[in-house]
Amino acid sequence: MDQELNGGQERPYVTAKASRNGGGRKTLSTKKRYIINALLFVAMLAIGEGLIDNGFISRYQTTVIEQIGIYIIMAVSLNVATGYLGQLPLGHAGFMSVGGYSCAIFIIRMMPVFDLNMRSFVTGEPMAVVLFIVGVLFGGLMAGLSGLIIGIPALRLKGDYLAIITLGFAEIIRVVMLNIDGVVGFELTGGAKGLTGIPSYTNFLNTFIVVGIVLFLIHTMMKSRHGRAILAIRDNEIAAEATGVNTTYYKTLAFVASAFFAGVGGALYAGCIGVMAPAKFGFMKSIEILVMVVLGGMGSMLGSVLSATVLTILPEALRAFADYRMVVYAVVLILVMIFRPQGLLGTYDFSMGDFLERLINGELFRGKSKQKSEEVEANA
Amino acid sequence: MTFLTQVLNGLQLGSIYALVALGYTMVYGIILLLNFAHGDIIMVGAYISWIVMAQLGMSPVLAIILSVVGCTVLGVLIDKVAYAPLRNAPRLSVLITAIGVSYFLENGAQLVFGADAKVVPTYFNLPNPQIGGATFNGVAILTVVVTAISTIILTLLVQKTKFGKAMRAVSEDMGAARLMGINVNNTISFTFAVGSALAGIGAVLYSMAYTQATPTMGIMLGTKAFVAAVLGGIGSIPGAVIGGLLVGFAEVFVSAMGFSVWRDAVVFLLLIIVLIVKPTGILGRTMNEKV
Repeated sequence: MDQELNGGQERPYVTAKASRNGGGRKTLSTKKRYIINALLFVAMLAIGEGLIDNGFISRYQTTVIEQIGIYIIMAVSLNVATGYLGQLPLGHAGFMSVGGYSCAIFIIRMMPVFDLNMRSFVTGEPMAVVLFIVGVLFGGLMAGLSGLIIGIPALRLKGDYLAIITLGFAEIIRVVMLNIDGVVGFELTGGAKGLTGIPSYTNFLNTFIVVGIVLFLIHTMMKSRHGRAILAIRDNEIAAEATGVNTTYYKTLAFVASAFFAGVGGALYAGCIGVMAPAKFGFMKSIEILVMVVLGGMGSMLGSVLSATVLTILPEALRAFADYRMVVYAVVLILVMIFRPQGLLGTYDFSMGDFLERLINGELFRGKSKQKSEEVEANA
Repeated sequence: MTFLTQVLNGLQLGSIYALVALGYTMVYGIILLLNFAHGDIIMVGAYISWIVMAQLGMSPVLAIILSVVGCTVLGVLIDKVAYAPLRNAPRLSVLITAIGVSYFLENGAQLVFGADAKVVPTYFNLPNPQIGGATFNGVAILTVVVTAISTIILTLLVQKTKFGKAMRAVSEDMGAARLMGINVNNTISFTFAVGSALAGIGAVLYSMAYTQATPTMGIMLGTKAFVAAVLGGIGSIPGAVIGGLLVGFAEVFVSAMGFSVWRDAVVFLLLIIVLIVKPTGILGRTMNEKV
């Protein structure tokens, strides 16, 4: 299962500060860092695909791995709003269901138009690939749009109100998915019995390509000017506003981005599971995703990726203890908050580039704090 | 189903929401914490009633007392174990802890009692009085009366007693209250105790009306009661009552008009609209009202 972990290490969040350090230390350019990470990512995909093709990883395991990828997207996207923006949306499952339903309905409706059948997605016809890409984007866009609709009023409110309004919004989405058929007059979402007949348009390869793209996009977004504005709002909203950050704009941007990627995750989820039912996207699903983010460390991409991976594998591995799982979840959540409120990894992020730099400079086993103080001196 | 019956139904449901909303509003007023576990305290109260009456076969009076006492103890215990260590932590951490406690209670109840609904026996056989040809539900009348009395007692407690004064002081400025010699921790515990006792009363009234206990019953009830507290203006006692009644009426009338499947959506839509128009809620302006 190691290769999924690499997926997270691909796109570290903190990088490229080393170039400022003088003193003859060998550094890697940003371009090289990206090339190295991209190569590692491709290698991971190739290894994973090879193992699946050769039957080392069973069908069931492949599904679990796909779900890991989907939950990585969900956790990392929630992390944008929670860890980076510092808000607490409790309706992430709502965006997930919007994305999932939109994509699934879109693909189901478009299949006859392009003369595709259920097998087309498995055999990978070119038109099916195009439809997959458009469908996932459509799912993301619809979720992003609902994020915009809810974000504009919600973000005017402070933390707790935002939490409750997003929770309420997710409930509204659930009720709408449940009852919309009676309003539109034809079968759209399938109501309580769920939406069936979704072609299985995901596989290991396309799921993890999307995971890689999402991680890359979020990473670059957070490294950009926009990302720094978002982090500034998290650290001190008033100070950020005083220094000229358009807080409303950036809060909405981060919120919509979070919803968009949640929609992408939902779109993949629909293809992976094959059945969409409103009951799957209740409050508990939102909490499950939140637990992943909180345990991993709010503001740490690696943390989200690791905890999404562990918390997806654990329930599968511990099926015998399914009853106790949720209670243990809750206790762990409370204990982590009491003893380590910043999450297991805090805001730490692994950077392959930094790691390699330390390696070529022979600093690998030197104390971290020492290196930090050197950096401070160098910057001073 | 006459109009008056629907009004009484709205009052009944609204009263239960109001009782629960009072607990939210008090805790929020004093430590600015959205106590997610509050709804689940009601669930525990309902299960206590079920154990005492259905399992142990004891008297309903004992069931009521034990439910209220049990909820009170549980509320204080939750504060001491989960929230007190985080008094100076970021608000987000406490909020997530509250979610954790809620999660724990729900899943713990599911583990202990199973996921299926338990039927809470009838507490008392109340007469259904007939006034002007219309039959009124006795339980509904009792609910409204009990809620009214509880609210009056609570208001007196907050406005007239020394403890109430301490609560108001702590909610206004915790640091200054401490300097004035108020025992802040005791005051917070007392607030949790009062709020949870109201939740216990709410649990009994809820089980009288709906006669079922399920592990997840607290989620929707708690969420809607919180919506009620926010609608009325969180931190305000009259606001919580108004918000509770508003939510209750909205639900009953939406159902009566034949849109019962959209009931929950309407409540949340109401919340979103009110928050957009007046982000502090209906009565949420004066900070002095905060408790």
